Amino acid sequence: MATPTFNVLITDTGERYRCRSDQTVLAGMENLGRKGIPVGCRQGGCGVCKVAVLSGEYQAKVMNRDHISKEDEAAGRVLACRIRPSSDLEVQVLGSMKKNVCYVRKPLA
Amino acid sequence: MAMTGVLRPGHAQLRVLDMEESVKFYTEVMGLVETGRDSQGRVYFKTRQERDHNSIILRETDRAGLDFFGFKVLDKATLDDFEQKLQAYGVKTERMPAGELLETGERVRFVLPTGHTIELYAEKTDVGNGMGYYDPDVDVIDGPGIRPVRMDHALIYGGDIDGNLKLFTEVLGFSLVERVKLEDGETDLATWITCSAKAHDLAMVRHPEDGKLHHVSFLMESWEQVLRAADIMSRHRVSIDIGPTRHGITQGTTIYFFDPSGNRLETFCGGYQHYPDMHPITWSWEEVGRGVFYHDRQLNDAFLSVVS
Repeated sequence: MATPTFNVLITDTGERYRCRSDQTVLAGMENLGRKGIPVGCRQGGCGVCKVAVLSGEYQAKVMNRDHISKEDEAAGRVLACRIRPSSDLEVQVLGSMKKNVCYVRKPLA
Repeated sequence: MAMTGVLRPGHAQLRVLDMEESVKFYTEVMGLVETGRDSQGRVYFKTRQERDHNSIILRETDRAGLDFFGFKVLDKATLDDFEQKLQAYGVKTERMPAGELLETGERVRFVLPTGHTIELYAEKTDVGNGMGYYDPDVDVIDGPGIRPVRMDHALIYGGDIDGNLKLFTEVLGFSLVERVKLEDGETDLATWITCSAKAHDLAMVRHPEDGKLHHVSFLMESWEQVLRAADIMSRHRVSIDIGPTRHGITQGTTIYFFDPSGNRLETFCGGYQHYPDMHPITWSWEEVGRGVFYHDRQLNDAFLSVVS
């Protein structure tokens, strides 16, 4: 029997993709080459993939309290790399690559 | 060259979100040897070739990152001497009792200007590398997991890296190997320092948050072993940041990847020997892409942003 698969909608960009119930919301996006949620460590350590789940059910692994407080988690603000969908989901991106001392963006030269 | 003072990086204590998952990763994927567990629930590992009891310690909690990084020094007299020198320099030190960390003697602990906790110690039980000290066999036959040679160094992120450089070079006898400058051509973005003849024993990058870990690094024997490590990582669906590729800085080949808690690790091979009579190498801001990732020749988003 095939693993249940659900739709994830990233409300900021309108990007919609299929994600298996055994894949994290972040991995589902990456595996299909889609964009929208920032990709960092993919394991809950860095916090860049923070999203607000606007609707839907999910299973969650333990959250890094540096980035997700208990209140955040209760309110559905979670790390996309730590949740797996149990239904269709709508998520809004909250995280980003941090601004830091020296942000480099230059073309291949 | 006479090796006195600080010998090498000795141990790193990492925070992990799920101990069972982490022990599985460090044993099966990394191929480290579990050597003990203590009453606090910490789990201890060493590489197969390391002779001292432990080089990686895991502590389960609700956030990832580096608790502390320890360097082994030559002997107890050296440890006492460094303690005095640190205090004379104005650094507050604390002595951790022998045995608080399993099989490890007293540790002189202090906090860097960048907020990181560093330890110096002289004693850690020699449990050997399994081959013995008399008429040994050579440990070259392959086995499961990545099986690095040793825990080699760390790259830490924080604000006052100038303060760090001064402390390590003036008090602890490290020398500067390479540096990257910011756009102004004067301020350091990053520095690589050594207490031995390695291309680096510690490195640091300027970052607005103190106390952050970029990676703990493990040495591999060859480029072939680095490629093999990448194969093992993908076999286990490990999160890979970048690589296998090469750094311009230090010339080492590398893979950056993440443990199950999001702590970045490195498996690398190569580099060069740096002696105290050698000039440090300087990289300009404009060339930092090639410096960090020699083949891509540009930084990825994660290098400056993704830390634990």
